[in-house]
Amino acid sequence: MGSPRQARGPRPRKAPHVLSFIAKRTLLALSQMLVISAVAFFLLYLSSSGIARTILGEQATEEQVAAKTAELGLDRPLPVRYVEWLLGVFQGDLGRSYFTPQDVSDALISRLPTTLSLLIATTIIAALIAFALGIAAAVYRGWLDRLVQILSIAGYAIPGFLFALLLVIVFAINLGWLPATGYVQLTADPLGWLKTVILPIAALSIGMIAATAQQVRGAVIDVLRQDYVRTLRSRGLSEREIIFKHVLRNASGTGLTVLGLQFVGLLGGAIVVEQIFALPGLGTVAIQYTSRGDIPVVMGLLIITSLIVAVVNLLVDLGVGFLNPKARVA
Amino acid sequence: MSTSDKPETTLHRFLANPLALGAAIVLLVIVLCSALAPVLAGADPAFSAIRDAFLAPFSAGHPLGTDSAGRDIWARLLFGGQISLLGALLALVVAALIGIPAGLLAGYYGRWFDSVSVWMANLVQSMPGIVVLLAARAVLGPSIWISMLIFGVILSPGFYRVVRTAVINVRGELYVDAAKVSGLRDSAIIGRHILTVVRGPIIIQASLLLGIALAIQSGLEFLGVGDNSVPSWGNMLNEGFRSIYRAPITLLWPSLAIGLTCAALVIIGNGLRDALEERGSSSARRGRRKNVGTATAAMAALPAVDEAALDEAALDEAAPLTRPGVNTADESETIVTAPLADLEFVPEPVWSDSTPLETPEPDPSAVLSVRRLRVGYGSGPHDKTVVHNVSLDVHAGEVLGLVGESGSGKTQTAFAVLGLLPTGGRVTNGSVLFDGEELTTRSRASMRELRGTGIAYIPQEPMSNLDPSFKVGSQLSTPMMRRLGLDKRVARTRALELLDRVGIREPERTYDSYPHEISGGMAQRVLIAGAVSCRPRLLIADEPTTALDVTVQAEVLRLLRELQSEQEMAVILVTHNFGVVADICDRVAVMNKGTIVEQNDVESLFARPRHPYTQTLLGSTLEGGPSRIDLDRAEAEGAHR
Repeated sequence: MGSPRQARGPRPRKAPHVLSFIAKRTLLALSQMLVISAVAFFLLYLSSSGIARTILGEQATEEQVAAKTAELGLDRPLPVRYVEWLLGVFQGDLGRSYFTPQDVSDALISRLPTTLSLLIATTIIAALIAFALGIAAAVYRGWLDRLVQILSIAGYAIPGFLFALLLVIVFAINLGWLPATGYVQLTADPLGWLKTVILPIAALSIGMIAATAQQVRGAVIDVLRQDYVRTLRSRGLSEREIIFKHVLRNASGTGLTVLGLQFVGLLGGAIVVEQIFALPGLGTVAIQYTSRGDIPVVMGLLIITSLIVAVVNLLVDLGVGFLNPKARVA
Repeated sequence: MSTSDKPETTLHRFLANPLALGAAIVLLVIVLCSALAPVLAGADPAFSAIRDAFLAPFSAGHPLGTDSAGRDIWARLLFGGQISLLGALLALVVAALIGIPAGLLAGYYGRWFDSVSVWMANLVQSMPGIVVLLAARAVLGPSIWISMLIFGVILSPGFYRVVRTAVINVRGELYVDAAKVSGLRDSAIIGRHILTVVRGPIIIQASLLLGIALAIQSGLEFLGVGDNSVPSWGNMLNEGFRSIYRAPITLLWPSLAIGLTCAALVIIGNGLRDALEERGSSSARRGRRKNVGTATAAMAALPAVDEAALDEAALDEAAPLTRPGVNTADESETIVTAPLADLEFVPEPVWSDSTPLETPEPDPSAVLSVRRLRVGYGSGPHDKTVVHNVSLDVHAGEVLGLVGESGSGKTQTAFAVLGLLPTGGRVTNGSVLFDGEELTTRSRASMRELRGTGIAYIPQEPMSNLDPSFKVGSQLSTPMMRRLGLDKRVARTRALELLDRVGIREPERTYDSYPHEISGGMAQRVLIAGAVSCRPRLLIADEPTTALDVTVQAEVLRLLRELQSEQEMAVILVTHNFGVVADICDRVAVMNKGTIVEQNDVESLFARPRHPYTQTLLGSTLEGGPSRIDLDRAEAEGAHR
């Protein structure tokens, strides 16, 4: 019996601490948000002229306009205003709307739960359906696979708001099963909430399901071809355990990444869908205030959106690291 | 293959796809109708007659009816098409002007520009387009052209990424290096070589991005934040939505126009990709064939290396077997000079006295008895038989070497016995008896019952055969829990014992490691431990040492031999290496082109190889240059055939 010299091998590396990973990612996300906010702030203020005039209307005198300009601080240098705004952001103060006497943070944060509940519910439902379809298509192939592929192309190609319109016409107007517009707080009446969000969630999730199912299918097919799947089969493990434990875990990193990318699009889609179903979320605020040129609200909207995207990206990275031990090293 | 006929064949393939062709025709019709709007409309899209509001389709003078302001929907649809399509086109052109040059620069020159531009692309893509457009609209007003200009910037990473990836892939290609060495200017290289490669991905991406631009533009106008003085499809949607209860049909026409255009663009994009991939796959296939050729040549060179290692091993063990080549040394010259053409034609198999040529009756004493096994792939006109008429027996405590070059069907035979043929493969004829039980007719579920405990398998490539996402320990103990009914703790103890048995020094640490944290030699030992963990009666080892370092090979072989005699297993050792055969096999079956050409016990086979193919294979393991060179050539030729 020879000496097992290769058994010495490299010592197993210790996975880097999750907290340091989170800290690094948070710093990265913060720097991105800083750049986005700076670019947006300067572009928005440089390209808008006569804010005070717009607020006061055509009849206002020059003195009134000058007074308003001074009141809003618009006569001071732009970099100073940006730094002030930024310091405010860190204290949760997003400034004041130009047209209503409302705090921007109040206006946005009161609308946030509606949008977030819509986004989270859509993501969960879309993820479940997309994974089920993708796995089934990859495992069974044949006609089921072809059906999933065709549905994916349709779901991906046709803009989400067209689905939303179709759902409104069919289920709300023609069949009258569900309300076409309106919103009930989840905490006030869960069933009522469900009724008001079924159609928006359905409309939003179609595109996400289509894109994700397609990628999950591809990833599962790839994993099924791997050598280790054959070896696991040679050990006499059940097909169910191989697919739902080994194949699923190895394929879901791809699925998760796609879901993360889709989420950015979902945020945009939510704005349109909220408008169609008259849901009092961020989208309705966005449309209301941007068409008036209310820069503080626009800035607040941008910062909250990029914050949501940053959090989702962090969650996706953590999830991928959890699923794939090799990715933890990075 | 000349470059000039490539686009033509890609186009042909694209047009041969009925779905893609249909989509192209639909898009063409939509574009033509919009372009010819002044001719086809028959009405002024802006002419409003309130008393004619909400006329139904097919009304006099209004083929699609009228909207809430009594304007002709057909005319608005055609003129709206002009604006919507031109707007989307504007976004596409802007995206291309920014994204393509940036992608070329980043991919070709790399360095700081690459890092900066990747960072910027990530930044741009981290914001939802519609939010940015709403922000821009707040200060720049509702013009569709301005929003599409800005959206072009937002879309540019779409071009940037595909171009950058394609350029990076092609940058390292030999012909680009050759062009550089020959002194071609960078601009000429980019123009001549690189643009040809990125053209395909750019066109595909363009069709997808155009669809996205149209969708976003319509979405924005549908929200009512667009410029509603022009009759675009999005504005028509907005008007239709306001009268959704009164006349939902007014929503139908712009929805159809947008939906059809977007769907057509995506289908065209997919069709183009398929057409390009088919071309790509045919060249990839060519590449793979080339690889097989070199792999075979490399394989022919391998035995010499193996022997060096095995010589050491033989010294310790004082292997009782005849060393290959010693007895046949005199014959080697004649083998080498024998016409190689003989190799193409496979003469009748030569069987040893113990195994008669005709083997009608399966051997009842054997653990595994294979008779006239035939394995085929596909069905109908494309089917291909990879294993013909293979018969072999393995008894308990016996090691059978299954020898042949790559593609000779030995691995396919092994997979057929395990019931693990890849997709499309199946046993088309013959019988496989395991302990007297027919396997070819067993259901998939009952085959599973047999694997692990009855028949086990050791793969060739250690690193790709462990699931990278699970720890080594769980991959070892789970099969014992499932198949032997052990509880978790007992299975863990057994797994640690096994790791110790296969010569792993720190079993606990390896147990808690992920596969990427252990070496290839350790991984192969883990796989051997896994294969014997449920005490199989038959072990199939598929080139278990090929992927290992020379020094590790001998140790692994010795381990296999020890485990085999401890557990009284029957073993089929698939290999291309006569050194391995000499070291641990009792009997040998030589395979060529899917058939067993010669079967005998090891000593007799080395002493008197009867079949010319065996003689040539054995000749290749001899010392002495010329024979190997000739065999390389023979096998390289064989691989190209």
